Amino acid sequence: MQRFADLLDRLILTPSRNGKLRLMEDYFRAVPDPERGWAVAAITRDLDIRSVKPAMLREMTAERVDAELFALSYDYVGDLGETISLIWPGKRGANYQVSLTEVVETLNAMSRTEARGTVATWLDALDPTARWALIKLITGGLRIGVGARLVKQALANFGGKPIQDIEELWHGLAPPYTALFQWLEGKADKPENAMKAPFRPVMLAHAIEEADKPRIDLSENAFEWKWDGIRVQAVAEGGQTRLYSRTGDDISNAFPDLVESMEFDAAIDGELLVYDPAEPPFAVRPFNDLQQRLNRKTVTKAMLADYPAFIRAYDLLWHDGQDLRGLPFEERRALLERFIDTEKPARFDLSPTVSVKSWEHLAELRANPPLDAIEGLMLKKRSSVYVPGRPRGEWWKWKRQPFLIDAVLMYAQRGHGKRSSYYSDYTFGCWRQDENGTDELVPVGKAYHGFTDEELKRIDRYVRNNTIDRFGPVRSVRASKEEGLVLEIAFEGLARSKRHKSGVSMRFPRISRLRWDKPAADADRLETLEAMIPD
Amino acid sequence: MIRPDQLLCPSPAGLYCPPGDFYIDPVRPVDRAVITHGHADHARAGHGTVLATPETLAIMAVRYGEEFTARRQSLGYGETTTINGVEVSFAPAGHVLGSAQAITTWKGMTIVCTGDYKRREDPTCPPFEPIPCHVFISEATFGLPVFVHPDTRGEIAKLLGSVQHNPDRAHLVGAYALGKAQRIITLLRLMGYDQPIYIHGALQRLCDLYEEHGVDLGELRPATIDAKDGPDGKKGGKQDFAGQVIIAPPSAIQDKWARRFPDPLPAFASGWMRVRQRARQRGVELPLIISDHADWTELTDTITEVNPEELWVTHGREEALVRWASLKGLKARPLSLVGYEDENE
Ligand SMILES: [Zn+2]
Ligand SMILES: [Zn+2]
Repeated sequence: MQRFADLLDRLILTPSRNGKLRLMEDYFRAVPDPERGWAVAAITRDLDIRSVKPAMLREMTAERVDAELFALSYDYVGDLGETISLIWPGKRGANYQVSLTEVVETLNAMSRTEARGTVATWLDALDPTARWALIKLITGGLRIGVGARLVKQALANFGGKPIQDIEELWHGLAPPYTALFQWLEGKADKPENAMKAPFRPVMLAHAIEEADKPRIDLSENAFEWKWDGIRVQAVAEGGQTRLYSRTGDDISNAFPDLVESMEFDAAIDGELLVYDPAEPPFAVRPFNDLQQRLNRKTVTKAMLADYPAFIRAYDLLWHDGQDLRGLPFEERRALLERFIDTEKPARFDLSPTVSVKSWEHLAELRANPPLDAIEGLMLKKRSSVYVPGRPRGEWWKWKRQPFLIDAVLMYAQRGHGKRSSYYSDYTFGCWRQDENGTDELVPVGKAYHGFTDEELKRIDRYVRNNTIDRFGPVRSVRASKEEGLVLEIAFEGLARSKRHKSGVSMRFPRISRLRWDKPAADADRLETLEAMIPD
Repeated sequence: MIRPDQLLCPSPAGLYCPPGDFYIDPVRPVDRAVITHGHADHARAGHGTVLATPETLAIMAVRYGEEFTARRQSLGYGETTTINGVEVSFAPAGHVLGSAQAITTWKGMTIVCTGDYKRREDPTCPPFEPIPCHVFISEATFGLPVFVHPDTRGEIAKLLGSVQHNPDRAHLVGAYALGKAQRIITLLRLMGYDQPIYIHGALQRLCDLYEEHGVDLGELRPATIDAKDGPDGKKGGKQDFAGQVIIAPPSAIQDKWARRFPDPLPAFASGWMRVRQRARQRGVELPLIISDHADWTELTDTITEVNPEELWVTHGREEALVRWASLKGLKARPLSLVGYEDENE
């Protein structure tokens, strides 16, 4: 438990991705099975552990600590689990250090009363960090800002294997992943994925840069629109149905309407989109409508009716027991067309191909797509086999130009990690008229990238020299009609939002240029933004 | 016998002694001040006469210049002087170099004011001495039962472990300039770290002063990139600071100053690092829970050991310690003095 606790503690405080990877790799090297496997499951939140109610821990603490002293402490620390971990009196002489494995294995087999006594014995012997980790683990409150993808990368680094191999295996494995670790350490063969409807690692495209154009022969490529939804893989096999994100997370629960409709034996690569229930299928709604269905704990009937989901199919990876990934794109596409045509899956349609004559024609299509829900074009070499990752020269994406506005810097916040000595997170605003008819700035978004190191230094200096107020790590800077730094902001889309004071929210805003030359009074007005919202 | 508040009572300028007509650690300029130790919120400039240990007087002179007071009166540990009939003496508080508990006695009544204190290992000053008294005035910076600091050498070992594990990163240790910085350095030395230690310019004069008072800090070098003596003995380049320990005031480790070092790893030595959220907010990657103040156990053990008739609590989280005392059946009151900070830790 102590090593696991130290790992969590350090992961929380380490800002850099590489630092986090190193911590996990070191842990996998130092800790034996099955302990390390349970740790993986705890971090990826795949650990099925019988939970203990925070109220019960509070009661147990109340038996040991004066209520007033507890209240004063909780008030100061602010986090219940951490307060208990620090205030728990411990027992001199109690030295039985419980392992993570034992916690997992015994807790699930216990009654509530037994659990109470056992947890107390564990807490007695652990140090505050280990107590904190144990409490977070058993109350289901373990949030350390490390995603499953990063854990998979650490496992890949640890075993010297490509991450796609891990992703492909992942859903067929169960904690504590002993067979996986055996393979990563070279002590056993790669585990067979016996699971039905497995994930197949995704093939991705490169963004086209000006320099790439001469090397791309348009006549070798097929073209289609790049749809503005989320890239998914829909797999059905022998009655088992699964919907995966492009990193292999199982997102079936969020889309029951779609998953229920999958009555075929195939793996389809496509774009998840939301359609307008009032129109004939499938009139695509803007990304904001899809957003309504993401990151929800429960899916309501109303949501299913108002924002029905479907998949616009790009590719066919597997069909009726046959792996098609080794075939050229051209052949897979023909099979996909036949599949859609003969099986007519209810919530699927075909991503249409586009015929393109020249770069000029391509540029014109990119600049004037027929629908808001299109975010650019895809170029796929007709001979390309389907391989995981981003192979060079096979698939290209050419996204439409971002939206641009000029906004005024209003607040700056300190960054994290390498940037912790810089003000690198910026809130910017546009002009609008307040109720007295005078112009005021209203925040419209936040950005923390898009600039070079040199530009960061200059903005940082500007922020320090133009601070008018401070609140913790945030500085408010001079921003009026006469004074202020204008930032050109690029973003991918705009939606109405009740949560924002301005009433709008931006997708992927970043700083595209610093407009030292532009007077703050000439920055854009909120009305300009409102006019950009698709209806 | 007299009531204790006839001898010492809270006032806006600080703790006041009416018969002696002096203040202990006043927060405003007064005619006569008794100063427990050199931290800025206890030792201010501009008093008429300052009574303090010789070390504290030297610290004040370094911090504020020789003109910090009109008259200095030096009193060593164990010596006694009389101010308008009130006996005043000092006993070690174990907090920083020169830190003292102020013991005042008048008409049979003895009150001990601890200033700041701790009970743990500190090679830079003599350990706290418990003094029998009627009223014990304790600080309460870490006066909550959540503050139980871990073993100090274990925390130093954490720092040494990190240096070994991250040889490519400069370890920037935020430590308060008076006391904490020198204590970290001496503890590193005691645990066998014999590399040169780099210090921020703001620590130089206080480190010199500690050396003059017989505290051996080993080889210190200025943490300046273009100094003549870089870590490799030549002109100091940025990369030469990789894997080195650099001690700086806490504010500097998050400041522009930190950018000069290779991939800096921000550490902070403070009792506040016990609370995870505090470490996160400050962007600290390596929290070192090392305090110059008594933790909850030290506070309650010390009060039990001194066993006064009455406890007064000041400086920090007063309610919890008063509550603890009342549960023990010990008469206790908060002093609610203003003007002391607990960020100096
Ligand atoms: Zn102090
Ligand atoms: Zn103090």
